[in-house]
Amino acid sequence: MNPMTTLEKNYAGQCVMCNEEGYLTQLDQWTQEIGAEIAAEEEIEMTEKHWEVISFLQEQCRKEVPLTIRRVGKSGVVSIKEFYQLFPNGPLKKASRIAGIPKPVSCI
Amino acid sequence: MSTSNPRKLKKMMIILSKATLENVYACFILANGARMEGIESEIFFTFFGLEAIQKERLKDLHVATVGNPSMHIPTLIGGLPGMESLATKMMKNKIEKLDIPPIDEFLEILTASGTKLWACKLAMDMFDLTKEKLIEDVDGVLTVGDFYDRAEGDGTHVIFI
Repeated sequence: MNPMTTLEKNYAGQCVMCNEEGYLTQLDQWTQEIGAEIAAEEEIEMTEKHWEVISFLQEQCRKEVPLTIRRVGKSGVVSIKEFYQLFPNGPLKKASRIAGIPKPVSCI
Repeated sequence: MSTSNPRKLKKMMIILSKATLENVYACFILANGARMEGIESEIFFTFFGLEAIQKERLKDLHVATVGNPSMHIPTLIGGLPGMESLATKMMKNKIEKLDIPPIDEFLEILTASGTKLWACKLAMDMFDLTKEKLIEDVDGVLTVGDFYDRAEGDGTHVIFI
């Protein structure tokens, strides 16, 4: 499935599998504490709204729906503008990494 | 590790001079893709590119079936009535399936993501256009010099479409 090397990383006292770009490779290893530590690496201070977005992304990932900015904007959870404000400099990638889901492959 | 590694590419300045659907989409996808990567982006709409930000025109952009060898349609057939609409309809269906938004929605997404939209002053004068004919999300009307001023700084690239 994953052509990249997986590495073991320690977050919130737990050992998790990550790929070379720092994305978790197994969503079931994710906890909110782990997400919070990844967010700190991305210099994002998480609020309730941030977690709401993260839950939405995970839900979509479990349903195997490919993620796009447009779909996030239509989620009813956040507008596209808010999404960029919550996760500046590459919202979909950063939020996906915090959510423990694969790096999005979409161009839109 | 963080996804915010320092990038060399910081800003994409895209000049859109055409209004055929494939060119407009190429421009919008490049601009939006830059924002998705944390890169700044601005679009300068000039000549026919202005059609993409005119309220009454933007929903009616077409694919070119004549003078477009990549369509693999002989020029004479490409020029038959209805061919352009047919090709446009087919492309729009395909685009929708890929979750790519229609032009009006795409412009809203670009604005929400922080892409700046500029209209070219000279082309506006040439086509007798006033600001009222443009969508409200347009950030302003600029001269070429103004646009170049905005392109200053390390890591800025200018693309012409």
